Amino acid sequence: MPASSTLVCTSLLRRSSATRHSGLKMSNSHQFSIEYRQYLRPDGTLSDASPELATRLDELTRLYQLMSLTRTFDAKAIALQRTGKLGTYASCLGHEAAHIGMGSAMRPEDCFAPMYREYGAQFARGVKMSEVLLYWGGDERGNDFSVPRHDFAWCVPIATQCLHAAGAALAFKLRKEPRVAVCVVGDGGTSKADFNSAVNAAGAWQLPMVLVIVNNQWAISVPRKAQTGAETLAQKGIAGGIRSLQVDGNDIIAMRAAMDEALARARADRGPTLIEAITYRLSDHTTADDARRYRDQAEVDDAWTREPLKRLRVFLEARGVWDQAREDLWKITCAKKVDDAVAEYLAQPKPELGDMFDYLYAEMPVELKRQREHALRFPELNHGH
Amino acid sequence: MAEMTLIEAVTLALAHELARDPRVLVLGEDVGVNGGVFRATAGLQQRFGPERVLDTPLDETMIAGITVGLAAQGMIPIAEAQFEGFIYPMIDHIVCHAARMRHRTRGRLTCPMVLRAPWGGGIRAPEHHSDANEAYFAHTPGIRTVIPSSPTRAYGLLLAAIRDPDPVIFFEPKRIYRAFKEDVIDDGEALPLDVCFVLREGADLTIVSWGAAIKETLEAAEVLSARGIEAEVIDLATISPIDFDSILESVEKTGRLLIVHEAPRNVGVGAEIAATVAERAIYSLKAPIIRVTGYDIVVPLFKLEMNHLPSVAKILDGAAQLMA
Repeated sequence: MPASSTLVCTSLLRRSSATRHSGLKMSNSHQFSIEYRQYLRPDGTLSDASPELATRLDELTRLYQLMSLTRTFDAKAIALQRTGKLGTYASCLGHEAAHIGMGSAMRPEDCFAPMYREYGAQFARGVKMSEVLLYWGGDERGNDFSVPRHDFAWCVPIATQCLHAAGAALAFKLRKEPRVAVCVVGDGGTSKADFNSAVNAAGAWQLPMVLVIVNNQWAISVPRKAQTGAETLAQKGIAGGIRSLQVDGNDIIAMRAAMDEALARARADRGPTLIEAITYRLSDHTTADDARRYRDQAEVDDAWTREPLKRLRVFLEARGVWDQAREDLWKITCAKKVDDAVAEYLAQPKPELGDMFDYLYAEMPVELKRQREHALRFPELNHGH
Repeated sequence: MAEMTLIEAVTLALAHELARDPRVLVLGEDVGVNGGVFRATAGLQQRFGPERVLDTPLDETMIAGITVGLAAQGMIPIAEAQFEGFIYPMIDHIVCHAARMRHRTRGRLTCPMVLRAPWGGGIRAPEHHSDANEAYFAHTPGIRTVIPSSPTRAYGLLLAAIRDPDPVIFFEPKRIYRAFKEDVIDDGEALPLDVCFVLREGADLTIVSWGAAIKETLEAAEVLSARGIEAEVIDLATISPIDFDSILESVEKTGRLLIVHEAPRNVGVGAEIAATVAERAIYSLKAPIIRVTGYDIVVPLFKLEMNHLPSVAKILDGAAQLMA
């Protein structure tokens, strides 16, 4: 897709009978356009129409550092899984700009409804790396992250979080709070009713929310083209009456600027925005998946030429605020931060047996107390496993 | 005849029916090119083509609804829910449509479909990948719910499910997908639905179980046997409708009933078995019925998951109470 292009989709809908019966004025052809934004090109050069953010080199350096830290974390998490120290893990490799553009733009009081691989967004909001590891390490305490306490937990069932964000946004609107709910869904998730219902609710009530589609081209083995006949995923927002656009999800400047704008609009009660962030899943779906079964390596190699970190580094180096020495030093810092997080995770003792009963109700039912006592009588692991 | 795992037996049964009946088709997320996330449909799209083995968009509601439509119009669809934890959006179509199609049209339309799903815990899976949720379906009139516990029963029961003229929910215990092998003959012989399987005969107590918990149940029966107590082990297999006659016959012989299942206890299928035995055979009982089940909790993530599931020790503890 060309930079800063506008994709005009034309659908010839036969409306004549509807017009005749309803008396509404409708044209025989319905046109809409989907704007596509890219400022920081894959080669690290900047397009002419770049936003003010492109001049804030301190902020962009900070974002680069967080993207780099997230990638270091991701590689370590995969290594932990491969050595049996972590359960199945969903990698975020290649999504760093989309995720950190999202999370860094939000205010602490905003509400984030993630799916399950937006670690960069969560780190930007204060979630600890050790908490992410705890979750994928088979321990619910990872969902009890320290900051922000009001954010939703990871959401595995696909797209259901979009409606929870809509509910949060409705609460903010009803209470007249200047807060915004942000949900994130994948390209596959846009096929689900929950996503489309959230789009509809957001449009109908003009909710203060931002729906971000992280289109990484693959829903496990199903490619984007097989997922829907729609030319863009962003246009699904048009049907709900929502301002909708595409951005290069590997361009942190475009991603962050689009988020800043969408959040400001929502906060000012000027309606929701849908952002389709176009990126690429450079990893397997999870550590339990083997993408080589269904995806050509040539496609992956090609996607690597557009990945988000390198272009930002080239950009920062060209402006003299980053260089090899700083890169080397930062890599050491990242390794240290990640190692500390891993040490904290591994030092966590297994949850107490009673833990699996203690949080189900505000007040534990009598029968559950009996079952809890039964469980405590059998602390040993299951035989035959 | 070939030695194979439970999941290979599933693949074999699917292939057998795809080859036998042109109305049969397989659909679901990642079932085609990828061959299923557990490999249950491995090679089927290559062999039968993309019009018999369909990759769907990521939309469980759609898969269930499309399957009802296909089944009502002359196809025999075998849909896959990728995990039992993702089946909940499908329940609308199963409960409101598939289960009632024959009844509410007085047989004018029917719904000969199968909905397969990997089921249950114990594989260190992420959140929402480990439920034992058969009771939701067992509670619904008009459908059958089946859970095999061995490769041979997986093969024979899946053939029966596909050939059944009514909707069948077919849950595959993923903990024993590859736990052991059996000789499976690809002879197209279906096993009967609605009939229990007596896996071990014994005169002292009856243990009814299903799914992966059969493994621990049989191990516990061995331990009991070494102690001079002979357990009759019954694999329920068809969770709904239940073959009560076989269970009652056994309980009338042994006078003691232990029920083992990994699903939560509250309104679990074990409660239905206990209630029916109490109604129809209470005077045969020498001791109160005991249940060893999963607790009434959300399946824990894997650090505590195995403490939730029935273990050999818990089954032996239950048996000791029965024999006291």
